[in-house]
Amino acid sequence: MSTKEFTCVVCPNGCPIVVNIDDDETPVITHIEGSTCKKGEEWVHQEIENPMRTISSSVVVTGGDCILASVRTNRPIPLGRIMKVMEEIKQVTVIAPLAIGDVVLRNPAGCDTEIVATRSVAKAQ
Amino acid sequence: MSIKTIHRDVVVIGGGPAGLAAAIAASEAGCKDVLLIERDRILGGILNQCIHDGFGLHEFKEALSGPEYAARFINRLPGLGIEVMTGTIVLSLSPERILEVSTRGAIQYIQAGAVVLAMGCRERTRGAISIPGQRPSGVYTAGAAQNFINMENIMVGKNVCILGSGDIGLIMARRMTLEGAHVEAVFEILPYSSGLPRNIQQCLNDYNIPLFLNTTVTEIRGNGRLEGVKVAQVGKDRAPIPETERYIPCDTLLLSVGLIPENELTRDAGVAMDPITGGALVDDTFMTSVPGIFSCGNVLHVHDLADWVSVEARDAGRFAAAYVHEKREASRQRITIKEGDGVRYVLPQSVSGERDFILSLRVTAPWRNRAVVVRSGDKKVRRKKIVRLHPAEMIRINIGKDALAAAGGSSLEVSVE
Repeated sequence: MSTKEFTCVVCPNGCPIVVNIDDDETPVITHIEGSTCKKGEEWVHQEIENPMRTISSSVVVTGGDCILASVRTNRPIPLGRIMKVMEEIKQVTVIAPLAIGDVVLRNPAGCDTEIVATRSVAKAQ
Repeated sequence: MSIKTIHRDVVVIGGGPAGLAAAIAASEAGCKDVLLIERDRILGGILNQCIHDGFGLHEFKEALSGPEYAARFINRLPGLGIEVMTGTIVLSLSPERILEVSTRGAIQYIQAGAVVLAMGCRERTRGAISIPGQRPSGVYTAGAAQNFINMENIMVGKNVCILGSGDIGLIMARRMTLEGAHVEAVFEILPYSSGLPRNIQQCLNDYNIPLFLNTTVTEIRGNGRLEGVKVAQVGKDRAPIPETERYIPCDTLLLSVGLIPENELTRDAGVAMDPITGGALVDDTFMTSVPGIFSCGNVLHVHDLADWVSVEARDAGRFAAAYVHEKREASRQRITIKEGDGVRYVLPQSVSGERDFILSLRVTAPWRNRAVVVRSGDKKVRRKKIVRLHPAEMIRINIGKDALAAAGGSSLEVSVE
């Protein structure tokens, strides 16, 4: 059995979570302490199995009242795929107008997520 | 030619998270004559460049990016009939609440019934912490680099060192990495990080970026462009230990070394200031020492979460509207609040005793399993147990007026036990 410490990234509380894990072929969590909410427990299970993260970046906009639109994943992606997803985001150019929530890229690097705009961009005057 | 003077009931200075929430709250409290002034060409303030998520967990129960969080507020302004002046700078503010404002091509005066100060804060620079060395390009405050990258599509460098482990520095370590830069390390002069624990995890650990505590930059080198920095461990007195000094080649140094409330206008108006927070002294309505001038958000004291800025600003906006409508005088009764052991500052610094209020405070050092205790003389008003106390995390405690009345007295002391 091993003990692992995690810092939960679900919310700004950043709870320290201590987990005892049985080291068989598939880890079985035998004990968790420190997570102050259900989401933290769910998160730590996921973190042991396959860490997932959301990321934010921006894409170039043409014909808009600003030159960049901020974007983010609308579902978490595997930590190990972040740089591949970023490579695909960097290739994207969108044409104004753009509204918050508009999908600018689907399933980057094969991930089950969409890259959505987090800023509205109006057409240039 | 005379400069014209216009009248507005409530004037909010600053269109960031504080100003937006204050203007909306003033309007919702029944004030139909609210003016929001912003110097940038768009509303939202610093939220516009904070494209990472984590905003709104308290306000909206979901994780939003900064621009989305701002949009939730901005979208409500037209429906409430709130007047907005963007691209407008307030040049001066008098104790009589006369604002001198400059828009492109015009200067005008505004007589305000009440003013809400919501100008936010700015970053400490290299000059403020006096790093020795040459003066090459490539040394940026973390927020300036964030603006270049997220707003202007300008990448600021390739090999990066970051001084200061505040949240902006940590966020930028990740952002620079995602944009293809190599982040060498983050250096923090204190024995602990001043950023949120989750940002240590998701911005540094996730990308194998080391964090060196008790370490600072001792020299900046470079002709034209930054070529490298010298770093050294510091002793208990925070003085660098020469034998630990080492040289790290890099072309970019980001500084995340603290924020300063931007209070030039506040001082202009003769408002009494708190030397610790760098903001105004306020009462339980967020009114300053000058009647009718209110303060909230990062211009009052630097927050770690935008959500708490919104909550605080909403109160300030509501009380500003009430001041205009009720011509409310400052309460005669005053209970002053002072910092005791383990507490760096408290806010508000005085209360009326007439209403419940939220006490905001920061502690002086990290602790575990302590209690924050509010006392009037030897009588206990409130005691709150807290598992993790950290100087980087603001603590908010609600204090009931009944508990205050039961304890009596004219001053409170807040301490960590």
